[in-house]
Amino acid sequence: MTDTDWPDGIYAALKAAGIGQMSFVPDAGHARLIDRLTADPGVVCNVLTTEEEGVAISVGAWLGGQKSVLLVQSSGVGNCINMLSLPMIGRFPFMMLVTMRGEWGEFNPWQVPMGQAVRPTLEAMGLTVLRVETAEDVVETVAMAARMAFDADQQIAVLIGQRLIGRKKW
Amino acid sequence: MVEQVLKRREAVAALLARRDGWLVVTGLGSPTYDVNAAGDEAGNFYLWGAMGGAALVGLGLAQAQQGRQVVVITGDGEQLMAMGSFATIAASGVTNLTLVVLDNQHFGETGMQLSHTGRGVDLVGVALACGWAGAQEVRTMAKVAEAAAMIGPGATGPRLFVLRIAAEPLARSLPSRDAVAVKNRFRAHLGLGGL
Repeated sequence: MTDTDWPDGIYAALKAAGIGQMSFVPDAGHARLIDRLTADPGVVCNVLTTEEEGVAISVGAWLGGQKSVLLVQSSGVGNCINMLSLPMIGRFPFMMLVTMRGEWGEFNPWQVPMGQAVRPTLEAMGLTVLRVETAEDVVETVAMAARMAFDADQQIAVLIGQRLIGRKKW
Repeated sequence: MVEQVLKRREAVAALLARRDGWLVVTGLGSPTYDVNAAGDEAGNFYLWGAMGGAALVGLGLAQAQQGRQVVVITGDGEQLMAMGSFATIAASGVTNLTLVVLDNQHFGETGMQLSHTGRGVDLVGVALACGWAGAQEVRTMAKVAEAAAMIGPGATGPRLFVLRIAAEPLARSLPSRDAVAVKNRFRAHLGLGGL
């Protein structure tokens, strides 16, 4: 994978994992992946008003026999915390892909507090947190996260570092 | 004139008596007890927490099981925590999802504090403004039966029924709190394997 086509690799990994639903609050770092998934008639996509909605949708999808993935920005992780009780207590397969802000070259101080709190808050809720920094690692990490989630009933967050996404152009 | 309201257990039992392959998701607190009191079923998934999640669990389920009717039964307080779900569910275009809000205008589990619906907030109006295919208030048992009869194929979008119920203290009717067991039973009911 190169620095520009890794979202296509994630798309292919999600399809190979059998993802049937995706929900998202938009983030520039996820824009290409959102485009790929929403253009796919084999994936039901939901735009959310707040990220916790997607946690509940993922649980409903699994109850009904579909695999779901949640795409959010780091700021949205904070909106999910109590709703994560649901996949944790029900041992539901759960996977979220988090594009990071508030770290590498961040220009907006308002992104920093939640960005820095993403890993500790997710781990406090009991999720397994994987993190990628390079285009070489991102696709395999998503594929392995999907295996852990859907084959081993785990609750997984993959953090995609801001260094990989690139500084926000302003 | 005394405002006409329903008895919650009687209304939920009457609604579910018309159940025809429906998958049912309940919001935490009294709606979970009401549905259990009407009869524990493998096609029920009960929430004991995750406030604000019931309607959206229903959405994910409805999207995964498009040949079945999904009925979410929750309270006004739980649904008020999911105001955004009215927009998300409308935008989804889902047609096999019905939301039933048992509205006693109070937070019944926590000391009967007056809720937003008791202060004039109109959930029917919210749903209609968001573009739901139908939304109506239900105040009589005859209308409960009519609502149940409307749950089936052919809807053009999601539907809301707000059942105006009395704020009455009732004995709890407790289903399993083991979400893993309830999940596995639910999935087995749908013929789904796996863990």
